Amino acid sequence: MQKILLTAAIAAMLATPALPETKVGMITTLSGGGAGLGIDVRDGFMLAIKQSGRDDIEVVIEDDQRKPDIAVQLADKMIQSEKVDVLTGIIWSNLAMAVVPSVTAQGKFYLSPNAGPSQLAGKGCHENYFNVAWQNDNLHEAAGAYANTAGYANSFIMAPNYPAGTDALNGYKRFFKGEVANEVYTQLGQTDYAAEISQIRASGADSVFFFLPGGMGISFLKQYADSGVDIPVVGPAFSFDQGILQAVGEAALGVVNTSQWNKDIDNPANAGFVESFQAEYGRLPSLYASQGFDTANLLISAVEAADVMNAAAFRDALRAADFDSTRGAFAFGTNHHPVQTIYVREVIREGDVFTNRIIGAALENHSDAYAVDCSM
Amino acid sequence: MRASRAEPGTGKRLMPSILIIEQILNGLQFGVMLFLMAAGLTLIFGVMGLINLAHGSLYMVGAFAAAWVAGATDSFILAMAAALAAAAAAGALTEILVIRRLYSAAHLDQVLATFALILIFSEGTRFVFGSFPLFLDVPQQLSGSILLPGGIQYPLYRLTLIGIGLLVALGLWLLTARTRIGIQIRAGENDREMIAALGVDITRLYTLVFALGAGLAGLAGALVGAIQSVQVGMGEPVLILAFVVIVIGGIGSIRGAFIGSILVGLTDTLGGVFLPEFFKLFMQSDAATQTGSALASMAVYILMGIVLIRCPTGLFGARA
Repeated sequence: MQKILLTAAIAAMLATPALPETKVGMITTLSGGGAGLGIDVRDGFMLAIKQSGRDDIEVVIEDDQRKPDIAVQLADKMIQSEKVDVLTGIIWSNLAMAVVPSVTAQGKFYLSPNAGPSQLAGKGCHENYFNVAWQNDNLHEAAGAYANTAGYANSFIMAPNYPAGTDALNGYKRFFKGEVANEVYTQLGQTDYAAEISQIRASGADSVFFFLPGGMGISFLKQYADSGVDIPVVGPAFSFDQGILQAVGEAALGVVNTSQWNKDIDNPANAGFVESFQAEYGRLPSLYASQGFDTANLLISAVEAADVMNAAAFRDALRAADFDSTRGAFAFGTNHHPVQTIYVREVIREGDVFTNRIIGAALENHSDAYAVDCSM
Repeated sequence: MRASRAEPGTGKRLMPSILIIEQILNGLQFGVMLFLMAAGLTLIFGVMGLINLAHGSLYMVGAFAAAWVAGATDSFILAMAAALAAAAAAGALTEILVIRRLYSAAHLDQVLATFALILIFSEGTRFVFGSFPLFLDVPQQLSGSILLPGGIQYPLYRLTLIGIGLLVALGLWLLTARTRIGIQIRAGENDREMIAALGVDITRLYTLVFALGAGLAGLAGALVGAIQSVQVGMGEPVLILAFVVIVIGGIGSIRGAFIGSILVGLTDTLGGVFLPEFFKLFMQSDAATQTGSALASMAVYILMGIVLIRCPTGLFGARA
């Protein structure tokens, strides 16, 4: 009987759908926890394709359910039977690590709209792999840099116990000059932070840095606001994106977070994006949507300049990044990751809607710490 | 490094004993909420012999019903009532439509069928409410924290959760020990065929027990949803721990579920805080944090292992 219950528990753990010339395979998370991120990337991407008016780009979209094995199967299917030329869409770093190396080894292009694991930025970089969002550490590094300018000297830092969580704390510490009061790894998917909040209260820190993407961040912020602890918090944009801010509510007001994008970045491409996204989908875009939109526009710029069958020319066209990004000027570094400005944002209320506004730049023309290890 | 810094309000380094008491309260609060889940699970298993993986989905149904009603009416009490009613109704409906056909099936068939129910509930909820988390907040009267004797500052809402959990535990005990329904439930746990032969309407009893378990799960989902995120798939992590609880407590035993919940709640909370600190005594800070956190996430399963070695049917389990 115990054995059956254990089997049951394990089963529960597993729980959590003219001839085009360029064929794109999008593998992203559209169901289960974290589906909001994949949906935003997809919607941003498809908006750009629609606006381009091109009928020579065909996009095949599949749901990876946030499971690495399914993502690998989908990638094989897309390459072998769908014969796609370019793959994109993956949100999570562990899925990207499972899919990207085999995709690029088969001579296909991969454009990452989100995940930027350090392995693919350093020694494991590849000429056919382009990241349009950021290297994973970037926003955390910016948070560390901001903490210095804000005058914080003693931070309590916290992230889930998985590779991107370790990257986050390392990223923060790489730029933060003060002391670390305590370093806490929480469980991935943890929903109750009472214990950590008690530790924060007792730590004597003057600031809290946390990386808790999605639902984890919602739980933490609500509980923190209710706890009576008033030490200021800083974090990357992932816990403050447009998709989850409404669920956090007032608890997030005034919190400072770092992002490479915001809806108030002043350039025509961004203004057009924000307006058309709202018109098309009836909601404000998130940073994930902006990344999907930029990824599609990068692809379109390359399709305009070169034939995907001519890999060298297509690669050069991608590397040139000749498109109007929602972030303003856009350029790739030597390891095909963006060199960009990372902003400091603050959560505000506009009417009934919680959103962000930029209050400054944390790091300008920032590359990443792994580019030096990439020989391409 | 600066010599000193201005520190508003709570920032002073507090006595570790206060930290320990605070963490015990946290563990207790986590435990009683776990009990609301585990009580239903163990009753359903004890009375009907059914492994219900979809119990976590009923937790989610409760939270979504509460968030929806709270958004429409601004009343927390109504939201909680709606959560109880919606989850109990969803439970009764699934029992009548699906679960009823599974009682005579093998346990693995039950696992398969109720796993399918998880997927149906999750995608159904996404279809109705969308993929983005919903907002449900602590009511104004219960927000903020209060000062307990001994200088412990503790959120009022969490204290309320402990109170509600203990009340429900008392109520369940009274129900099973002092009422006619309770006698039937206990009799059902001992010998299903016999009480059917004695003229008890077993079909109705099953639906009732299932709805009761579902309602409790829904209430837990709504209460906890106010301080966590209300989103699709929120029930599954809790479900795993609830299974651990009923294995520790002994299958079918309400008392076992209660003791098991408190044990798991305390182990999980205190382990997560004090294991990394313990390793820091003789390891480097980075490595200690990593090792301690890794070990802390295993703590409840280690506890389960130890209990099973000593009493293979769980602490209060009668059946093998």
